[in-house]
Amino acid sequence: MIRLSQVKKVFNQGRHNEFWALRGVDLHLDMGGVTVFRGPSGSGKTTLLTMVGCLARPSSGRISLGERDISALPERFLTDIRRSTFGFVFQSFNLLKGITALENVMIPAYPLGGDHGALKRRALALLERLEMADKAQSQAEWLSGGEAQRVAIARALINDPRVVIADEPTANLDSERSAQFLDIVAGLKRDGKTVLMTSHDPLVADAPVVDRVIGLRDGLIDGAG
Amino acid sequence: MNGWFNRQRALLDFAVSSLGRRKGKTLGLLAVYGLIVFVLASAMLFSHALRHEAKQVLAGTPEVLVQRLIAGRHDLIPDTHLAAIRTIRGVKSAQGRLWGYLFDPAAAANYTLMVPPADAPAVGQAVIGAGVAAVRDAAIGDVMSFRAHDGTLVSFTIQAIIAPESALVSADLFLVAEADYRRLFGIPDGRFTDIVVTVRNPREVRTVAEKIDTALPDTRIILRDEIKRTYESVFDWREGMVVLLLSGAVLAFFIFAWEKASGLSAEEKREIGILKAVGWETADVIGLKSLEGLVVSLTAFLLGYLLAWVHVFQFGAPLFEPVLKGWSVLYPDFRLTPHVDELQVATLFFFTVFPYTLANVVPIWRAATVDPDQVMR
Repeated sequence: MIRLSQVKKVFNQGRHNEFWALRGVDLHLDMGGVTVFRGPSGSGKTTLLTMVGCLARPSSGRISLGERDISALPERFLTDIRRSTFGFVFQSFNLLKGITALENVMIPAYPLGGDHGALKRRALALLERLEMADKAQSQAEWLSGGEAQRVAIARALINDPRVVIADEPTANLDSERSAQFLDIVAGLKRDGKTVLMTSHDPLVADAPVVDRVIGLRDGLIDGAG
Repeated sequence: MNGWFNRQRALLDFAVSSLGRRKGKTLGLLAVYGLIVFVLASAMLFSHALRHEAKQVLAGTPEVLVQRLIAGRHDLIPDTHLAAIRTIRGVKSAQGRLWGYLFDPAAAANYTLMVPPADAPAVGQAVIGAGVAAVRDAAIGDVMSFRAHDGTLVSFTIQAIIAPESALVSADLFLVAEADYRRLFGIPDGRFTDIVVTVRNPREVRTVAEKIDTALPDTRIILRDEIKRTYESVFDWREGMVVLLLSGAVLAFFIFAWEKASGLSAEEKREIGILKAVGWETADVIGLKSLEGLVVSLTAFLLGYLLAWVHVFQFGAPLFEPVLKGWSVLYPDFRLTPHVDELQVATLFFFTVFPYTLANVVPIWRAATVDPDQVMR
């Protein structure tokens, strides 16, 4: 269970360009299932997910993961939680150029010091599952948008996280690729993963696989489905 | 332990593949870095090997040398001095030497003419150094003639050529019989160039030298230790001169390396953000970049040092020979004995590998402490 209470986030505080991305969000997310955060640009969707995913700390308020308050943990502990609990699929996929798809998938596991051979087999199995095995040795920059996203999903899953966070996952995909992505999400849901997505794509919000849609506007919850 | 090893291996693998992604930058850096190490290591290896060689040569030289001075100038020493020295307590042996320099107009070179203390050639014969043989294109059995002090011609038949292994000290040697030497220079019997003295107890060298000085006030005493110090300072000075000339290049390299290592491109910053976002700690990122720096600097160091070794010990350091070896007309053609001073290697390693690795880590540390949420924006 993930709980947010009165979470606020401000950027450039005290300066002329001060901006409140979140103005006091109260939210309760159960584990399992697919949740979509919907709202216009600047509504605070991405900022909310960065804080849930331990990429940033809130300016005020509390975020709890299970019984643990994670809103004020030092960076090392946050990294530890991020690594073991969350997997990220970024909007622009953020694959490292110049290395293979396979290496990109393996990167999050390098600092854990596991057996290299086992890690490679795990990464190949994930690519196989996402129908990307034949592209394992391709350089990241040679991949199409849909392929790059599937590599990014494999990378998000390499440390077997409980929660997968996807930021605007269909923003760079056509309708066919978007539908394929939603099939993958359905697979993750079947595996018992919690999937949190931001999107203003109706195709995503209205998809049958989605259990809950949460609206955001001007840094506040607009309505919860 | 196994986990730590796996982690380091994974980071090293990734560091090498990251360097491969920036081939141009990495290769350029390796080339410049390797060149600097090569030049510095060559100067160090060469002067150190020369110093080592000189030390070994000096080990076989007499402990005390006595020369006669007249009006502050070196003059021939009479055999009465020889007899006087032999009576001094502590002196094991004293022997007069005959040597000097002979200019050969045919080769425009100076030879060191000597009468060896033992196994001197027969009258009319000579044993020559490899340098003399090379410059005159002389072989055993050939005849070489010189004009004596009185204008008469003195001829020598080459009896032997000294093996080139000892060329550092023998390249320009011209060994002749005592009678030929005296005839060539017009030096009467009972006169010598100088006197070499050996002492029974090496700890009494200074005392014996003082006794000789007291007994023979018109002489100058030269101790082996003093020659050693002179050699040291000459080599130090020459090495220092080379290093000074190189310091500009070294400085330019450090500026270049600092700029290359510390100037993080937007792409590199983005990569650091991605690594942090996918679960890398700041320490992991710094570890990775340190490994990248270490791979570059260690490779450059090993490559530069290896090339310097080949340059100095295989090819005789053609780049530094004129400066470090001396200004003799007859350069000795010889191969230096490979000799490496561990402290010197450590110093070079510290001053090349350490600053670069540090220059690599500082900006990474600054970039790696930034919140990873940037990649979401």
